[in-house]
This record gives sequence, structure tokens and C-alpha cells, in this order.
Amino acid sequence: MIQFNKVNKWFDKYHALVDIDETIAKGEVVVVCGPSGSGKSTLIRTINRLEPIHSGSIHIGGQDIYTDTASVNALRQGIGFVFQQFNLFPHLSALQNCTLAPVRLLGLSKAEAHEQAMALLERVGLAHKAHAHANELSGGQQQRVAIARALAMKPPLMLFDEPTSALDPEMVGEVLQVIKALARDGMTLVVVTHEMGFAREVADRVLFMDHGYVLERATPQAFFNTPQHPRAQQFLSDIRSPFVSS
Amino acid sequence: MTYLEMVDKFGLYFLLGLYPKGPLGGLALTLALASAGLLLALPLGLLLGLGRISPWRALRWPVTALVFVVRGTPLLMVIFWAYFFLPSLTGVRTDRFNTMLIALVVFDAAYLAEIVRAGIQALPKGQVEAARSLGLSYLQAMRLVVLPQALRHMLPSLVNQFVSTIKETSLGYIIGLAEVSFIATQINTLVFVLPTQIYLTLGLTYFILCFGLSRLAFWLERRLSVRAFTAPLEATA
Repeated sequence: MIQFNKVNKWFDKYHALVDIDETIAKGEVVVVCGPSGSGKSTLIRTINRLEPIHSGSIHIGGQDIYTDTASVNALRQGIGFVFQQFNLFPHLSALQNCTLAPVRLLGLSKAEAHEQAMALLERVGLAHKAHAHANELSGGQQQRVAIARALAMKPPLMLFDEPTSALDPEMVGEVLQVIKALARDGMTLVVVTHEMGFAREVADRVLFMDHGYVLERATPQAFFNTPQHPRAQQFLSDIRSPFVSS
Repeated sequence: MTYLEMVDKFGLYFLLGLYPKGPLGGLALTLALASAGLLLALPLGLLLGLGRISPWRALRWPVTALVFVVRGTPLLMVIFWAYFFLPSLTGVRTDRFNTMLIALVVFDAAYLAEIVRAGIQALPKGQVEAARSLGLSYLQAMRLVVLPQALRHMLPSLVNQFVSTIKETSLGYIIGLAEVSFIATQINTLVFVLPTQIYLTLGLTYFILCFGLSRLAFWLERRLSVRAFTAPLEATA
């Protein structure tokens, strides 16, 4: 479904992505992890062109997304993106957040979009908050609305950029449950996260990144039990005992 | 002549100029000029503000140049340009009201453009990213997501500029436009013995207009902030 071919990206002099060669299959759930600044967020932001790449190519469903003829708006309609900071539209209700794009871009009538949005809010357990605005919702609730908003465009692919990193600990579970349900439904997911329990349970594959390189790609079992690369071993031991200095 | 006698004799002249026997003037003309100026400057300022941050250089550069030139020029100069330079360009003599209106609109639009630009850029980047990642175009994202929020944040600064506009109409005096300052000066020339009272009345008139607008805006702001749905103005990671 997604193919990276020798993708490179720089932020000025900083080489943020180095020769990325990856293939993500349809229906696959891929977790990307790695230390802060390793390029994992940059990686998934290149998939919907929020970040431009400087060399190489990315194909989605066989189409090169960086050619001149590729429409960036059409591309993004087919890719749900969920942000660390939720980014709900605060001047709109939860329901309106979920109807805006379908009405404007998919040509749904107000009634159809409304019905679909209610079904999606039901699915993330927030039908009763349909008319609440972002400032009346907890972080976990905002993130679940943000997931419903992305799903409203019926994308075959969803990208999650640290979806639980800005949440209070007690709200992490509710968001992960929603993502887990999407995985069960067979959706293609790429999730940047530090939630190793989630990765272990849900991921088909784990990519470990550091300094712009994908250093390790493995099944969760292999990655957590027998990490190969020294940086991966170090990373796993760091996140398991974060308060022990070496 | 006492103050009351003067009010009796020149009150209507102060309010309406020579109207209905002659052209409209006085406070009514000031109000007409200020409201027309505001109504036209706001959309123009919005467009210039969007131009200032446009991703298209061919639009951004000329708009930026225009905004900087106008902002680096006194209003009086802009009025002279409109009065002397514009007719020589178009070949048609613009009447005083429209000359002043054009100068006001161009001048205020340049300031409004900077308010609009700052208001938009103060929104968290994530709002545009979220809108664009749904597949909305740049202009859709601006219209449906960014501007509805940004305009609320801008409201105090916009009102500030509007208050300035009201006061700036007094510079119409310089090209002989019969707005309220001009009329007050004429009354003073005719009456001669009550300059303090006349100019206090004039000052109070401007104050009431500007204060009233500020209060209206304050009320509007409070009403909007009861429904405070704008994003917190903090940087997002």
C-alpha cells in the first residue's frame, strides 16, 4: 500500500530521514518507535505530504504521490491523520468537526453527513458529546473526536502521530482502545507511539528509528524479546526503567 | 452670544452641514465617511492580510510592498496623493468625499492587513495542518477553519483601528471636506467669542463616538468569549 524508495529529507543541514526503504502492506498495522528526534514523526508526515521529501519517492496504491500531477488534496482525503495535539477545530462542535470535510469534499448532504458523524461518534463512545466543543471535552475525548473526524472521510489508511503523548495517563487507554478496534477491522494503520504495550498487542510490525535511519524492523515479539541493534536495546531498557541513570 | 444661543443657531449646521438646502456635512458626513471607510477597509484589509501570508510569491511581494509603503507614510500624505495625484492619473476630478474615502480605505486597509496577518499567524499551526490533512484546499482551510477563529482573536485590535478611523476623518478638513471638524471651525469663525466651548463640544462628540464603539466592541467580545471556542494561543509541538 505504501512504498518508500530511498527517501531522504533534510531540515537545513540536519539529515532527518536517511535512505528510507520500507513497504507497508494493505491491512498492516505498523508501529514506529524510537527516541525523540529520531525522525519518526517526520516519516509519517511525509506520507500525506505535510512534510516534503528531497529525494527518493513514496508510492501509495501504486501512485507516486510527489509527482506534479498528483493532487495533494485528493491524496489527503484518502489518508486519515491524527495529531498529538488533537487539533480539533475549537469553533465547531464535535459533530461539526466530523461533518465539515465530508460535506465540503465528498458532497454529502448535511443530513447524510450528520448521520454518518453520529455513527462515528457512537463508535468512539462520544455520541452524547456531539454538541460539545473542544474546550468542554477532556484530552482523551478530544482525541477520540479527532479520530472520528478523520474516519469521516472514509480513508483506507490512517496515520497516528503520537496520539496519546499529550494525554493524562488515565486517558491513554480509551484512545488506544479505539485505535485497537480499527486494527481489528482490518484498516491499514501507521502509529507513531511510545506505548509499548499497545505495540506488543496490536502491531503486525515494529519499526525502530534513530537519527533518521530505520535501524530495526521486526515483529513485536522479536523486537521486544530479542532486539538486534544496540540502539534498540538501549532504547528499550531506557523506557523500561526511565528513572535509572546509567 | 451664549452657548445655548449658539447651539440654537448653529446646532443643525453642526449636525447636518447645509443639508437639506445644500450638500450634507457636519457630524452626519463624518459618520457616513467613517462607516463607509470601515465597511470598505475591512474586506480590503482582509484580502491584503491574506496576501501578506500567501504562499504565492507573485501575490505576497507586491502586497507586502504596498502595506509597507502605506504604513510608512502619514495619512496626510495619502490624502494629498488621493487629492492631487489620483485625478492626474485618472483624468477625472474625484469629489472631496470620495477622495477622502479612498485615502482612508487604503490607509486603514494597510493597518488592518497587519492585524489580520498577526491574527492568522497567532493560531496554532496544527489548525491549518488538521484542516489540510482532511483534504481541504488552502483557501477552504482559511475560510472554514482559520478565519472564523482568527477574527475573534483580532476583534480588540480591529476595534482599535476602527476608532482610529473615526478620528482620522477629521483630516478631511485639509481638503475642505465639510465634515464635523471643518464645520466646527467655520462656526468658530462666525461666532468668534466661544472657541473653548465649540472645540470642547467637538472633542466630546468624537469621544462619544469612539467610546461608544469601544463599548459595543467590548460587549461583543464578552458575548463571543462566553462561547469561547477558539484554540488556546500556545505553541503546539
